[in-house]
Amino acid sequence: MLLDMPAPCFYRIPVMNIPDKLNKDAGPCCPAPEKSAGATGLPGLTILPLASGPAGSGCCDSEKDQPCCGPPPAPPSSPHERPGYILCTFVEDFVDTAMGPVPIVSTSLDGSDRFGTFKTRLNIGRGNYKVAPGLYGVGHPGPESPVIVTANYKLTFDAVRSELRGVDGWILVLDTRGINVWCAAGKGTLSTSELVLRVKKTGLDRIVNHRRLLLPQLGATGIAGHRLRKECGFEPVWGPIRAGDIKEFLARGMKGDEKMRRVTFSVAERAVLVPVEISLVLKPSLWVLLCVFLLSGFGPGVFSLSALWQRGVVAVLAYGAGIGAGAVLVPVLLPWLPGRAFFIKGIFSGLAVGGSMVYFFNREAGAVANTALVLLALAVSSYAAMNFTGATPYTSPTGVEKEMRLGIPIQIIATLAAAVLWVWSAFLN
Amino acid sequence: MKSLRYLEGVATLVLDREKCVGCEACTVVCPHGVFVMAGRKAEIVDRDGCMECGACATNCPVSAISVTPGVGCASYIIQAWIKGRENAECVNC
Repeated sequence: MLLDMPAPCFYRIPVMNIPDKLNKDAGPCCPAPEKSAGATGLPGLTILPLASGPAGSGCCDSEKDQPCCGPPPAPPSSPHERPGYILCTFVEDFVDTAMGPVPIVSTSLDGSDRFGTFKTRLNIGRGNYKVAPGLYGVGHPGPESPVIVTANYKLTFDAVRSELRGVDGWILVLDTRGINVWCAAGKGTLSTSELVLRVKKTGLDRIVNHRRLLLPQLGATGIAGHRLRKECGFEPVWGPIRAGDIKEFLARGMKGDEKMRRVTFSVAERAVLVPVEISLVLKPSLWVLLCVFLLSGFGPGVFSLSALWQRGVVAVLAYGAGIGAGAVLVPVLLPWLPGRAFFIKGIFSGLAVGGSMVYFFNREAGAVANTALVLLALAVSSYAAMNFTGATPYTSPTGVEKEMRLGIPIQIIATLAAAVLWVWSAFLN
Repeated sequence: MKSLRYLEGVATLVLDREKCVGCEACTVVCPHGVFVMAGRKAEIVDRDGCMECGACATNCPVSAISVTPGVGCASYIIQAWIKGRENAECVNC
């Protein structure tokens, strides 16, 4: 008889006093519902993915309604839960308005928010990191509270709400398709029409008495302030560039200063972009590395696998040095590298990194081979640096196109020269 | 931004001062302080600071500002060269 009973079994514990933490320890036979889900639907709620495993399978299904295994059952459902949705972890409460309940979001970031930020910075799931568009609140928002407009990229949403501690306000999140304010404004997903649509859809004019929208300054590329009044009855107030200045801006009676209105690109702001830059350069690397290895195999013995391996590793290291120089050093040392064009900055950093690599570790290989390696590092670095233009807040498209017309031919010539010298050097020894 | 400057003499920014009605919108939205008010009209004081984001032109109620806006991003421009500007998409930002 004992064998029929799933072990270990405990008796029921009253539901009320169970700390939430305990539920995470649910045993193998009572799996906790999966939490991951896609954003959309209603603000504060996330649509549950379909078929997230058989519901209620396993021993808990058994005839008796008693928990058969150790951990106690989860606490009762929140009154705000709806069939088909799960509550977002950043929602603290709901406030009733003329348009129904509006989620109040936390102004502090928890572990899952930080982990999400971490993954996004590494370019993992960055293209689909978003919250549902619509109206949210912070603190105790009322009819006179300011309305802060932002994008539905979760990194942006988190940046805004985490800077609003102590503020009573509304956050109107536009459907920018999970793209940050500035890029979305440039792409057209943050636009006058999207803003007007969102104002109307949320019934904002029935929730607040005033008619002002606090707009992110970097959204001005996509939002025409002067069209707003006619199209939705609200007036634009151009807010600060950085979420960190919103509180001060509000405290000053919606007035900004020069400092709030100018973009910056500090070392920290540049360094945080490095992992994504590396991941973008690494994408086409598989093919490049294949070519590098194949070229390394040629030599006096026509084609040798041991040469492919020995020389190939050295060439791959030079390629890696180029990526390090272009995608790490250039962003970090940006203002101090010579030249204004990014491809020139990349040439200098590639020369420095590739040059020191062969000087310190590969001197015995000879001048021809080492010239090839430095040229490879320099070309890769120059290309990676040129690609960093897309991540800066100060490069004009006309300027980027101009430098590319000069930079790309130089990069191609350097690469071809590197390949020729590399194969040639194999015949010298 | 005074510490980081890009190429000079390339920005396509043009302001028609005749048309300007002095609403000051361009002086507010420009993230690089390219415009200032000179009397009752706006004036370009730092054309080389312009990154052609187009915020000023979008927010000028009388279309006194023109600029060729776009994405200052190499991978986008390579795509535009290969596939044409209509089919190019910015995949990285």
